[in-house]
Amino acid sequence: MENRLYTILVYTENTAGLLSQVSAVFTRRQINIESISASYSSIKGVHKYTITTYTDEKSVVKVVKQIEKKVDVLQAHYFTDDEIFYHEIALFKISTPELEDNPNISKVIRSHGGSIVEVNSVYSVVKKGGLSEEITSLYNELQETGCIFQFVRSGRIAITKSNVERVNEFILEREQKHRKHSGCKE
Amino acid sequence: METEFITGAEALMRSLEHHGVTTIFGYPGGSIMPTFDALYDHTDRLNHILVRHEQAAAHAAEGYARVSGKTGVCLVTSGPGATNTITGIADAMIDSTPIVVIAGQVGTSFLGSDAFQEVDLVGITQPISKWSYQIRRAEDVPLAVAKAFYIAGSGRPGPVVLDFTKNAQVSKFQYKPVSVDFIRSYVPVPETEPNSVAEAARLINAAKHPFALVGQGVELGNAHQELKDFLEKADIPCGTTMLGLSAIESSHRLNKGMLGMHGNLGPNVKTNECDVLIAIGMRFDDRVTGNTETYAKQAKIIHLDIAPSEINKNINVDVAVLGNCKDTLRQLAGMVYPARHTEWIESFKKYEDEEYYKVISKEISPGEGPLKMGEVARAVSEANGNKAVLVTDVGQNQLLSARYFKYSQKRSIITSGGLGTMGFGLPAAMGATYGAPERTVCAFMGDGGLQMSIQEFGTIMEHRIPVKMILLNNNYLGNVRQWQAMFFNRRYSFTPMMNPDYMKIAEGYGIESCLVETRKDLPEAINRMLNAKGPFLLEVRVIDEGKVLPMTPPGGTVSEMLLDC
Ligand SMILES: Cc1ncc(C[n+]2csc(CCOP(=O)(O)OP(=O)(O)O)c2C)c(N)n1
Ligand SMILES: [Mg+2]
Repeated sequence: MENRLYTILVYTENTAGLLSQVSAVFTRRQINIESISASYSSIKGVHKYTITTYTDEKSVVKVVKQIEKKVDVLQAHYFTDDEIFYHEIALFKISTPELEDNPNISKVIRSHGGSIVEVNSVYSVVKKGGLSEEITSLYNELQETGCIFQFVRSGRIAITKSNVERVNEFILEREQKHRKHSGCKE
Repeated sequence: METEFITGAEALMRSLEHHGVTTIFGYPGGSIMPTFDALYDHTDRLNHILVRHEQAAAHAAEGYARVSGKTGVCLVTSGPGATNTITGIADAMIDSTPIVVIAGQVGTSFLGSDAFQEVDLVGITQPISKWSYQIRRAEDVPLAVAKAFYIAGSGRPGPVVLDFTKNAQVSKFQYKPVSVDFIRSYVPVPETEPNSVAEAARLINAAKHPFALVGQGVELGNAHQELKDFLEKADIPCGTTMLGLSAIESSHRLNKGMLGMHGNLGPNVKTNECDVLIAIGMRFDDRVTGNTETYAKQAKIIHLDIAPSEINKNINVDVAVLGNCKDTLRQLAGMVYPARHTEWIESFKKYEDEEYYKVISKEISPGEGPLKMGEVARAVSEANGNKAVLVTDVGQNQLLSARYFKYSQKRSIITSGGLGTMGFGLPAAMGATYGAPERTVCAFMGDGGLQMSIQEFGTIMEHRIPVKMILLNNNYLGNVRQWQAMFFNRRYSFTPMMNPDYMKIAEGYGIESCLVETRKDLPEAINRMLNAKGPFLLEVRVIDEGKVLPMTPPGGTVSEMLLDC
């Protein structure tokens, strides 16, 4: 089976220690996490992880099931790049004197759609949002000029292209069923 | 009724009672003292058994749960008390056993400071438990306990850990009992796709040589009758996993014996001959499948399971039927046609005869020479009318007692399957006597495994726990020795072992005991053991270099079993 990049979206209750539970699913199976990013989601009390991993489909299916097995995980799904909108962001701290001396640098930044968000006499900060390869390309070209002090890039964040909001529906369905089932509580 | 202010520790007691707990296995210590203090006033309703090591508390809770279907409970202190339960938690996880482990923890203000007896219990247990939660405030006790029992016992059961901080034990709040039967992120029983049942029925109806694999899921789902209705209607022979041995009586016409590495020849051979394989509440463990590349390749495979994560995990299947097998078996039984597979069923006989002749007869009626483990197990089983609960330790004693015991009632085998935990047997058997006080509980152990839990003689002595202990003494770590003989050129690296005088040890604990060295003394000794009111230790000196046979060597093809080695 062929390896490719998968994006896994995980929705969890906001309970302590979930990140390590989720990442342990990968390490135990010797699958590397390429990137991971966590934030709250549009659903109250629900956290969302965007995880990318380079593996085959069989493994990603197993990983997703093992993640969903965790009691505090609402849902986990995997996607290929054509099924999601995704984005990354990178920040570059570069030398201002070099930026001024070497006109090539600002050309490279402009041609990559980067923007300069801070300039002082010592350093400047370049921000670049986009796809992984675009950021890598900007990084490679700037690195050649030797102007970079620091570089950081975020993990991928992604939302689905689908018209169906599976997690919202899951929660709704779960709660409806529960109400129908129990009638009373406590 | 006015709700009253009580401590978190007292709330724990009331919550345990609210959830029907009657028995606790535990051991006190610093950071759980407030809770033990509260327990002091609840001993009329909560029977606390003081074990001699916390690992035994966890295994006892497992034994209690396995025999009764109820959730076992253990209560220990923080730090070493908590870490001593880890083996039991891992064991319960891999064998789907519902237990709740409640451990003390340092006060929240000390967390993360490497305080005395502080360990990150939640961090340690998350990968080996179904759920692990730290109680930081007294007011969280009722909900945490309610969730713990709901999660441990529902769906595919498993261990839950509650890490109970000291401040949460002592502070007071207004207590109200809480029950939980819903957690929105947790789907204990997945929905059954009606199409999947129909598709499974279609495959079964078209099958000429169907074969079923029966696992512990049938016991856990209490689906014994549904299983038989299904098998009998469609006339399907079955094999069972080691944990599923008592899911269907040994004497049932369609029960063809145990699957796996040391299972019976027939069911293993037929796994690779059948045209439709129906796995019911089992997880295709490598001890069952052997080499997955050569496993049942000729068959269409149907998998009934409650855990979606088990589907296609080890073996790819053609049809997955999710749900509790009590429901899915009933649905399936409704859709399969009555059938007769007489010839197919009779075709097992050849292998039964071959195994009987080459292996079984030599093990259960050797006639002369040293005593064999199998004959002891069979004799004990029959002396109980095949009605006893078999609890085993791990090793040759486990495999041979499991093979040669006979099962006529449900929940009659308690053994550490997934983890293979030496030291499991004795404490699990103690727990089982509390979970099924009306039944006879027989613990089969090796000389190695007994010594991993021998301190529990103290617990057994104190409570006169009526465990029938059968020590199969071969003066070896026998199972490892057998592998050394087979795969390591008989280089017996640290498997011969010097043994103490077990009669003297038993005497020291005031436990009645008997040593058997010859075949003719065995029946009488078994009678003595079974007629004894309380605990009894029966030590049987068995063949030193015995072998568990037949055997599919690790990684071998399931149908290619060695009948001799
Ligand atoms: C805690 C633990 N340690 C080590 C092992 C590895 N092991 C499996 S069987 C066995 C030998 C058991 O010897 P004994 O209890 O005397 O049983 P026998 O096989 O001789 O019946 C060992 C060491 C294990 N399963 N569990
Ligand atoms: Mg031994």
